[in-house]
Amino acid sequence: MAKQDQKRSTKKEVEKKEDEVTSNPEVIEKGKKLKEEMDDLLDEIDDVLEENAEEFIKNYVQKGGE
Amino acid sequence: MNGIVGSETEFGISVRGEGRPDAVSNAVFLVNSYPYLLPASPLWDYENENPLLDARGFEADGERERPRSDYNRLLNKLLINGGRFYVDGAHPEYSTPECTNPLELVLYEKAGERILELAVDFANRRKQGDARFSIYKNNTDHKGNSYGYHENYLVDRSVPFEQLASQLIPFFVTRQIYAGAGKVGSDTKSGSTHYQISQRADFFEVLIDLNTMAKRPIINTRDEPHADGTRYRRFHVIVGDANMSEVTTYLKVGTLMLVLEMIEKGCLVKGVDLDEPIRSMREISRDLTLKEKYRLQRGVEWSAVEIQRSYLEAAERCFAESADAMTQDILRRWRRVLNQLEEEPAQLGREIDWVIKKGLIESYIERKGCGWKDSRIAMMDLQYHDVNREKGLYAALERGNHLDRLIEEDAIQHAQEFPPEGTRAYFRGTCLRNFSKDVYAASWATVLFHGSNGVIKKVPLMDPRRGSKALVSPILEKAKTVDELLSLLAI
Repeated sequence: MAKQDQKRSTKKEVEKKEDEVTSNPEVIEKGKKLKEEMDDLLDEIDDVLEENAEEFIKNYVQKGGE
Repeated sequence: MNGIVGSETEFGISVRGEGRPDAVSNAVFLVNSYPYLLPASPLWDYENENPLLDARGFEADGERERPRSDYNRLLNKLLINGGRFYVDGAHPEYSTPECTNPLELVLYEKAGERILELAVDFANRRKQGDARFSIYKNNTDHKGNSYGYHENYLVDRSVPFEQLASQLIPFFVTRQIYAGAGKVGSDTKSGSTHYQISQRADFFEVLIDLNTMAKRPIINTRDEPHADGTRYRRFHVIVGDANMSEVTTYLKVGTLMLVLEMIEKGCLVKGVDLDEPIRSMREISRDLTLKEKYRLQRGVEWSAVEIQRSYLEAAERCFAESADAMTQDILRRWRRVLNQLEEEPAQLGREIDWVIKKGLIESYIERKGCGWKDSRIAMMDLQYHDVNREKGLYAALERGNHLDRLIEEDAIQHAQEFPPEGTRAYFRGTCLRNFSKDVYAASWATVLFHGSNGVIKKVPLMDPRRGSKALVSPILEKAKTVDELLSLLAI
C-alpha cells in the first residue's frame, strides 16, 4: 500500500515537473528564441544555396582520388 | 598523449561557367592561386617516397611519382606552417604538418580549410571568363566516385602489423557512429537509403590491402614511414570521412591515438571480431537509430555502441594510472557520446557531423514540405562542406552559434603562418620562413638547402619528434645565414 502511494506521488511529481517545464516562462522564451534562430538559419540557407540545384548536382562529377 | 599525427584531405572541386579545360588544370589553377605561396617555390623532395611498399613484406608493381622540376613546382606548394598544399590526381589536397595531439590536429586542419578558402577567393578573382570555383571538404560526388581523407599515425615498428590490423578492424567498422560526416542517399546500387552516417562506408570492399583507389581496404598496408623505418611505422588510415565539426575530428583522432597507444602497451581488446565486417560497416552506416546488432565471430550479437564501448573500457583500464589531461578529456567525451548515441543521437546536434547535418536537413524538409530526394537537399548535403564560409552551411551553423567549438579563430589564423612546436614540422616551417630563398626542396623527412659553391646540402629529419622548437630554436635563432645554420647543425 505504502509502495503504491509512493508510486502515485512520484508520478504526480513527474507530472508537476513536466507542467513546470512547459509553463515556465523562461523555458518558453528560450524555446521561442531557438525556433526563431532556426527560422533565421533556414532563411539564410535559401539565400546561399546554389541556384539551379538540380543542374549543379547533376554536373558535380569528380574523378576518384587518393 | 605521446603520439604524432597528421592528416591529408583531398577536396572536391567544382568549376562553373567557362572554367579551365580539364579537372587537373582546374586543380593546378586553384593551388597556384593561393596568395601566400613562397616566391622561391622550393621543390617537393620525392626521394624517400615509395607508396608501393607493402607492410606485409613485398613491393607492388607500379610507377613511382617523379615529376620534372618545373612540373614539380607547379603541383607542390610547401607551407610555412610545415604543411603541404598540392595537386593529387585531379584534386587539390592539403596535408597538415605533424602534430602531437588531436586538438592541434583540429587546429591545423581548420588552418587548411582557410588556406583553401583563400585559394578559392583568389582563383575566382583571377579567373578567365565567368568561371567560378567551389571547394568541398567531403568525400563523394554521390555518383560512385570517392576522394580520400587519410590519417597518419606514428606507431612503434615493434608492433606486428597483423596485430594492428586485427585489433583495429572492429574499431574502424564502428567508429563512424561518432566520426561519420553524414550523407544523403547511397553510392551503391543495392542498399539505397535516404540518409546515412558515413560518406565513405559505401566504398570499402576488402579487409586488408595496398589499394586506395579501387577495391578499397579497411586496413591499408602502405609501408612508407617518412621516418626511420627500423623504429617507426606510419600507420596510414584511409577508412575515415573528412569532418567539418571540430569536436568530431577531435574525437575521431583522439580515440584512435589512444587505441594505438594501447596496442603499443599491449592492452588488447578481445572478443569483438565481427562475422562480416564489410557488410556490417555498410549496415551500421544505414542504421540511424543505432539499435541494430551485428554478429560477432564468437556467436553473440552486439551493437556498434557496445563494440566501441569495449575499446573505451579497455582504454579506461589501460590509462587508469597514467592519463594526462587530454587523455582524460577524450575518455570522458567518448563515454558520454556513446551513451548519448545509445539513448538518442539527436542530443549530439552541436557536436557530431552526421547528427548536425541530419538535424539541419530535417528542419529544412519540415519547413519546405519537400522530400529527401529534392535536389535542394542534395545541394545542402554538398554545401554543408563548402570551405567558402559565405556559402558553407556548416559555417552558417557556426556563425549562428548552433555548434560547439574547441578552438578560437585567432589560433586558426596563427596556424596558417606558424608550424606546430613539438615536431620536425617546426624546423621545416621555420626554415621555409627564415631562409625561403635558400631552401631547394623539402619533404616530410628532409630539408635541402642551396649551400655555398652551388652544392645542395641535405638535412635529414628521420625522427618526427626531433626538430621541435625546444631542440632547434637556439640554432635557428643564432643562424643568420644558411651556411651558419648548416655549420651549427654540423652538415
